[in-house]
Amino acid sequence: MSTPEDNRYAKSHEYVHLEGNVATIGITDYAQKELGDVVFVELPQVGSELEAADELGSIESVKAVSELFSPVSGEVIEINEALADNPALVNTDPYGDGWMIRIRVSDPTEIDELMTAEEYEEFIEKESAH
Amino acid sequence: MSNLPDPLDSSNSHRYISNAGEDIREMLATIGVDSIDRLFESIPADVKLSGLLDIPGPWSEIESRRWFRGLAARNVTPVDHVSFLGGGAYSHYQPAMIDQLLTRSEFLTSYTPYQPEVSQGTLQSIFEYQTHQCLLTGLDVANASLYDGSTALCEAVLLAERLVKGKTKVVLAKSIHPHYLQTVRTYIQNLGLEVVEVGWGADGRIDLDALRAASADSFAVAVQSPNFLGVLEDYDAVAQATGTITKIAVVAEATSFGLVTPPGQHGFDICVGEGQAWGIPTQFGGPYVGFMVVREALKRHMPGRLVGETVDVDGRRAYVLTLATREQHIRRGKATSNICTNEALIALAANMYLSLMGKEGLREVALQCAQKTQYLRRKLQAISAVELPFAGPVYNELVVRTPFAAEEILKDLEHEKILGGIPLGQFFGAGHERDFLVAVTELHTREQLDQYAAALSAAISRERR
Amino acid sequence: MTTTVEEPTAQRDVAQKSATEPLIFERSKRGRRGYQLPTLDVPEASLDELMPAALRRDEIKDEVEVSEVDVIRHFTRLSKLNVSIDAGLYPLGSCTMKHNPRINEEIARTPGFAHSHPMQAEHQVQGNLELLWHLEQTLKEIFGLPRVTLQPVAGAHGELTGILMVHKALAKSGNARKYILIPDSAHGTNPASAAFAGYEIRELKSNNRGTVDLSALEQAVTEDVAALMITVPNTLGVFESEIKAMADILHAKGAYLYCDGANLNSFVGIARPGDMGIDVIHSNLHKTFSTPHGGGGPGAGPVGVSESLMPFVPTPTVERNEDGSFYLDYNHPDSIGRVRAFNGNFNVLVRALTYMRSMGPTGLRRIAQLAVLNANYIRTRLKGHYHLPYDAPTLHEVVFSDKNQVPKDVHTLDIAKRLMDYGFHPPTIYFPLIVSGALMIEPTESEPKEELDAFCDAMIAIAGECQERPELVRSAPHTTPVRRLDEARAARQPVLRWKK
Repeated sequence: MSTPEDNRYAKSHEYVHLEGNVATIGITDYAQKELGDVVFVELPQVGSELEAADELGSIESVKAVSELFSPVSGEVIEINEALADNPALVNTDPYGDGWMIRIRVSDPTEIDELMTAEEYEEFIEKESAH
Repeated sequence: MSNLPDPLDSSNSHRYISNAGEDIREMLATIGVDSIDRLFESIPADVKLSGLLDIPGPWSEIESRRWFRGLAARNVTPVDHVSFLGGGAYSHYQPAMIDQLLTRSEFLTSYTPYQPEVSQGTLQSIFEYQTHQCLLTGLDVANASLYDGSTALCEAVLLAERLVKGKTKVVLAKSIHPHYLQTVRTYIQNLGLEVVEVGWGADGRIDLDALRAASADSFAVAVQSPNFLGVLEDYDAVAQATGTITKIAVVAEATSFGLVTPPGQHGFDICVGEGQAWGIPTQFGGPYVGFMVVREALKRHMPGRLVGETVDVDGRRAYVLTLATREQHIRRGKATSNICTNEALIALAANMYLSLMGKEGLREVALQCAQKTQYLRRKLQAISAVELPFAGPVYNELVVRTPFAAEEILKDLEHEKILGGIPLGQFFGAGHERDFLVAVTELHTREQLDQYAAALSAAISRERR
Repeated sequence: MTTTVEEPTAQRDVAQKSATEPLIFERSKRGRRGYQLPTLDVPEASLDELMPAALRRDEIKDEVEVSEVDVIRHFTRLSKLNVSIDAGLYPLGSCTMKHNPRINEEIARTPGFAHSHPMQAEHQVQGNLELLWHLEQTLKEIFGLPRVTLQPVAGAHGELTGILMVHKALAKSGNARKYILIPDSAHGTNPASAAFAGYEIRELKSNNRGTVDLSALEQAVTEDVAALMITVPNTLGVFESEIKAMADILHAKGAYLYCDGANLNSFVGIARPGDMGIDVIHSNLHKTFSTPHGGGGPGAGPVGVSESLMPFVPTPTVERNEDGSFYLDYNHPDSIGRVRAFNGNFNVLVRALTYMRSMGPTGLRRIAQLAVLNANYIRTRLKGHYHLPYDAPTLHEVVFSDKNQVPKDVHTLDIAKRLMDYGFHPPTIYFPLIVSGALMIEPTESEPKEELDAFCDAMIAIAGECQERPELVRSAPHTTPVRRLDEARAARQPVLRWKK
């Protein structure tokens, strides 16, 4: 399982990769493994405004559906169109080609409240112990 | 408790329950309890019955036949009368093979195909059924079926509502089957939605000006064609009047697809309806089969089951329930519908009918219906006291008006062993007391149509006297 | 690469092995015909006289052309790819796959029933109305409730009908309220039906017996709660022994107790919902009352209600005149309205009443007794081989889990698939959700001891295979018409129809 150092992580298993004021958001390697084969990803429309913790869409495996939450606030400026035809990208490359949306963040300080890679790994270790 | 039967006593054995005295003793010994009653100790004594239920039985098959056949004999039916009843339930040709094959154990007594490896028969049949629906309606994606036409319309309205945020009004043609309209009102009563009904013009078609005005701020419009007055709507005109609003076509007489242009070719987004006409007995209203077909873009909003194609580990083509995340067992309170079933056996019968009739047969059935209806229409037009109030084009049903109360005329026809139609006053009230709805199918002979016209003419004369 | 097919020695042929059948569309050949109609005997009008060209279609593109022989062969071959209750035990928990008597089928096909029309005048269908009236009387006695609507055509349809009645009753008394309480062990239809009836859902956590905790319930029942929806016995097969106290808690706050009657088979004739304080119950006639499942429908879901909900039942109802004739009564001003066109699934109702008459009061009681005995027999034989997550006494079904097999990386799905190689339909799996890797087994009263023993022997043999040859179980089934399917592929690139 990989947890890149240059991302921040939410308890609901989304990651945020910030470059300038643009955040790329997807789900973590741990989350995609838990879900199994991803068959569909529902994403918001470009231009929609999201508040941190808003539902941004949902992700479906064959027999489960999970809601996705935005870890940060801002405007959706791009969605990963490739997922419509090839949702398996979330399984094969969650931090790369399997990204989901890009947001122009309105409050960059929100990112400080998210977990670091180290903190996230500790968090999932505890969670999977249950 | 003394009057309760002892399960160990073989005089209490029942033909549907295999285990009896000896088996029960052995099983109790294995479990380690001394009586069956001990297994029910978790039910508190104060809610247990102290005696037996007060109901008839147990009956042998001989007694059941006697009693139920006695009841059936008290019905007047199209078996002993010539029936012209339609109104959402039609008597068409029922090929002999269908019922013979439907009673095969593997179709009749199997469950929902949750385990695809041992349910390919049911799954493939549903996949074929879905394909037929797409070909007939001109739309892209059909589900595995819904309860019936009325609830299929409810589901279509709810689907359309999910597509649009912030609109609460749905426009329904008043000429949709009255039971369907009533069912929609029941379904949506707590969902904050509003139904607006749009009436018909002189030709029996929807009033386009009223439709245009009513639909402007609605999330969907629905029309039925042929409508409850038997009249065919002009899909293009409806589409033009309603612009980009989600359009639902309702078809309650499914054999009409053999001749009438499919709604999918005229900008409609959803087609729902009743598949009973595909060779299913009228059986006092059910079970029937509701169908729903939508544009490709709406498939993830579809209620109910869907069957899709895939392969097994050895690469063989196979079928499986799919896109299940829409459904209640996964999405629970947020599902696209609460439906947990389809009408699989009736959908199977429909698949058999559509396959057997095929391209030519579906057209010929529809043509014969239309030809015979046209013949009767001419006959009735020749009776001076008969009025056909709606001039719009029809398929196989028409409204007939006489100078007298519909119920009286129909009673007269019943004396001639004719079930002559459905009185419309019960649905549309004042102004329609003299109207009744008459359906013709390929089963009617020219002689029966002639007799109908003659009997109606005679009935009117009798009423005059 | 070749796969060694491992056939268990106890294997029975329930479905055909390794077989597929082309689609009916792929059998189509130009010019074939499967029907004949009488020659048109009325003067033929031109197409334009029939309807304007703009309303007509051309041929139905790509529809099939096949002979009757083709069609019969096709569907006969398809049927052989299915398993069925007629072929053997079908132990789906919560589904009550019991014997479907053939007299029910024969009676339903009586021409007077099968060809009666739903829009006929009342005086023409007195036999049908009397039948419906008797069915209501019988269900009233079984439920211990004063009114039953026969209009709903499925369990979930009954749930919607029942909760709509609760909503209307509460609204009539001034406040429809906001929430329906539903235990975490509930069927998925419960929250979905409650949502479509206009309510939000609040989930109740089960206690360590798998039942509803009284003190938790007391806390949860606020002035905003409209009803509690429970399944009795619950989806673990455990009877809620405190049910009367639960009803009291709800009634004290003006809320209703709704019972999902999916598991009625375990106590029919032994106890009555009405006597437990239940206000509304739906019964799946295709479960307890033997109407065939038909591969997933049609069914019927009549709903019984207590006195305070009687004014709200769907219209029309069937009533008896003093002269013994019957009529449809539309005069229920507070009714929730019609929930379906016509008279519900009439010909499913005919089958169910036939069954109730075949069973009578003694037979109905015996159903529950033998269903519970059979389930407890399986429980006793399999305990020790499979983990039993809740040890409370159970009635007609028993829920095991895959906890003992998971260390070998064998899961519930694998066990279910392996059962097919032994000739059995698997139990319900991964439900209820409160049990991880649930295997929910309901044998019903129909099964003879030999069949139960054969099933238990197969389950025990599989438990052994899980330890010794886990790969064999993980790759099962090996002997079915097709093997495990690529379900992700089906959902990722949905192919939902045949195309030329």
